[in-house]
Amino acid sequence: MLTMTNPIRRASVLLSLAALAFAVGCAPTEESTSDSDPAQTTSSLADCTPEQLDLYKDGTLTVGTDDPAFEPWFKGDDPTNGKGYESAVAYSIADRLGFSDEEVTWTKVPFNTSYQPGKKDFDFDINQISITKARAKAVTFSNPYYSAAQAVVALEGSDFAGATSLAELKDAKIGAQVGTTSLEAIDQIDPTANPSVYDDTTAATKALENGQVDALIADLPSAYYITAAVIDGGTIVGQFQPQTGESEQFGLLFSKGNPLVSCVNAAIDSLEEDGTLADLEEKWLSQTTGVPELS
Amino acid sequence: MAFLSVRQVRKRFGTNDVLRGVDLEVEAHEVVCLIGASGSGKSTLLRCLNLLETVDDGVIELDGVEITDPQAAVDAVRRDVGIVFQAYNLFPHLSVLDNVALAPRKVRGTPRRDAERAGTELLGRFGLTDKADAHPDALSGGQQQRVALVRALAMRPRVLLLDEVTSALDPLLVGEVLEAVRDLKREGLTIVMATHEMSFAREVADHVVFLDDGLVVESGPAEEVLTTPSDPRTAAFLARSLRTGEKRSGFGTIAG
Amino acid sequence: MTDNAGAWVPSARQVERDRYRRRRTRRRGLVAAASTVVVLGVLVIAVVSAPGWDRVQQTYFDPAMARESVGPVAEAFVTNVELFLIAEVMILALALVVAVIRVAPVPALMPLKILATVYTDVLRGTPTILVILLVGFGLPALQLQGVPESRFVLGLIALTLSYGAYVAEVLRAGILSVHPTQWASGRSLGLSYATTLRLVVLPQAVRRVAPPLLNDFVSLQKDTALVSAIGLVEALRAAQVITQRNFNFTPYVVAAVFFIVATIPLARLTDWLSLRAARRDSGAA
Repeated sequence: MLTMTNPIRRASVLLSLAALAFAVGCAPTEESTSDSDPAQTTSSLADCTPEQLDLYKDGTLTVGTDDPAFEPWFKGDDPTNGKGYESAVAYSIADRLGFSDEEVTWTKVPFNTSYQPGKKDFDFDINQISITKARAKAVTFSNPYYSAAQAVVALEGSDFAGATSLAELKDAKIGAQVGTTSLEAIDQIDPTANPSVYDDTTAATKALENGQVDALIADLPSAYYITAAVIDGGTIVGQFQPQTGESEQFGLLFSKGNPLVSCVNAAIDSLEEDGTLADLEEKWLSQTTGVPELS
Repeated sequence: MAFLSVRQVRKRFGTNDVLRGVDLEVEAHEVVCLIGASGSGKSTLLRCLNLLETVDDGVIELDGVEITDPQAAVDAVRRDVGIVFQAYNLFPHLSVLDNVALAPRKVRGTPRRDAERAGTELLGRFGLTDKADAHPDALSGGQQQRVALVRALAMRPRVLLLDEVTSALDPLLVGEVLEAVRDLKREGLTIVMATHEMSFAREVADHVVFLDDGLVVESGPAEEVLTTPSDPRTAAFLARSLRTGEKRSGFGTIAG
Repeated sequence: MTDNAGAWVPSARQVERDRYRRRRTRRRGLVAAASTVVVLGVLVIAVVSAPGWDRVQQTYFDPAMARESVGPVAEAFVTNVELFLIAEVMILALALVVAVIRVAPVPALMPLKILATVYTDVLRGTPTILVILLVGFGLPALQLQGVPESRFVLGLIALTLSYGAYVAEVLRAGILSVHPTQWASGRSLGLSYATTLRLVVLPQAVRRVAPPLLNDFVSLQKDTALVSAIGLVEALRAAQVITQRNFNFTPYVVAAVFFIVATIPLARLTDWLSLRAARRDSGAA
């Protein structure tokens, strides 16, 4: 009956149309996803050369790790120097695949972003990541390159420094780093107080120094580093095997379904067979022997 | 000696001399009207009497006691000297009755029940019984100004200062406020008021004081100053305000 | 007269006007509904048909994961609720003291005034997460007698210090926005400075700043998650633990829902207060 040319109404229609156009205009980006799990297949090393590999950047092996990079996994917060266990492992793998040291580049990957869905900006991430079935639904893991025991860290002379069994730690206030198997391993102690959960080793050790927690749980090499280099008067109370139902092993993290993993697995296997991994472990993680077992 | 005595009071704001040596005598139970153009210093003088402004020179005495003494108990003086502002300044977050009862309770220490009973009674006298629980913003300007009067009266002041209490009102509402002032005069309250209502001044004032540029130019009995001013400045002002005053609808018919 | 009014029958013209208005209302409703359905529908289709949608759905909206995490997250969220409820009371108290110290013209307060100014300047400029880390790790490191070691209490202190500075400034602005004639009015009646402030100025100031103040509290409710930085397991940290155990982000979404639901009542209260204030200002109350 009445047709009004109302400028506000016209503007609102335009706005709605713009929203529509935006929604339609977001062209989907292709992401290659294959359903077969390449982790199960292991290539022959002979078939794996830098030219044949499907890499994030052609001709370069891009390796991710968190920042800062802690000892004894890395040395001097510098992954590129080949020192520290994980740095050495990464360069050894690269070597087996035919990359020179110069063809390896490192990128900083916070733990949180390493397992986000979508494209990754690294070929694999090496960051003391424990392999579990639940996690394997979201990412692809390589074969393990290290089997870690858990350890309890306390201040020398504190109430819990002399514990000889996990049961003696029941009344301790216990802390661990988020995202680690150590946090899960606290369940084996079943402490009376809720565990404290910290973002990183720095925050966790600070809390230990302040007496805000009585004990920290960490993997044995990290525990060794904490007592040796981070805090004064820290001591490793003892080590124990986590009973998460799966053996506690670190694996390299790949984006889900990345076929590169089969070649990397071939490299890890060969490093295992010829004793290179054992040598590297001896070289960088040997201090951890002789730590008492907690019953 | 007069009940309220002002001698050579000076007040300056920045470089602006607002009061330049004002003298004023007010006897008990007397109504004194201050007249004069805007900016002549009427409001400032009233604010000095209530100690809302500190004088730069001169002396103010109330019943023989110098209130301009820096050691004077300011809050005690204000208990005795009530003031009602042009813009009412009621407390918007309180009901009418709470507006009225607040100061007696907090300053005089009157128990709440007594303060509210006295407040209700006062409100009744000014035709505001049914507004006791209302908030100020629900009232007309005239009603708000009457509440402001009641609020000042609730403290039982010995002197009441009225600062152009009708200037902000619609002409139709002026009458009800002036009627209230008339009542107060009948009761014998001492009142000093600044006003633009010349015919009202003529009716209620015992004395009229004409201020010009921060000085008292002329003062005397109302009839004398308003009808046969001796100073030409007074005459000129009266002639001017008579012309504008006629434009306002006569308050007399409503108030009378 | 009253009979006449009761027997009023709308004129034909009025009936026609009413009918037109009803029709127009209905048409507007239809247009609104249709455009909403179309725009939302296209958005949903665009998202769902994206090639990565399956992965996103698995990672962020996994029902099994949500079921697993809702219990622990809810349990931990109690800590957030306790944190913000107690913090809100403490913040108001601290902010009030700071705001009053800053406006009060009392010479004896001068050292406190300087302190209050420095406090608001420094704390408003410091990211809340830093305040939490400094208080949470720094205070206990002093090893002073009487410093609480509870991370809950330390977190509470940090949030109070951080938000107290904001809220103090909001309150101060409120106090300064009350017209000077209100001060004059109170003082002229013989009320002391303190009484005038307490009974005349503050109630008006608080009323005026209630909406922005509540807005700060909405923000505070979310920032209780930052206390996880000093090891306290609250909802976000609880979600993070499950997320990193499974490499699945659904627990974060669950935690988000808790935070959102908790802020909605405050948000609506803020709207209502703003509306009331607007109505009062326009004189229609």
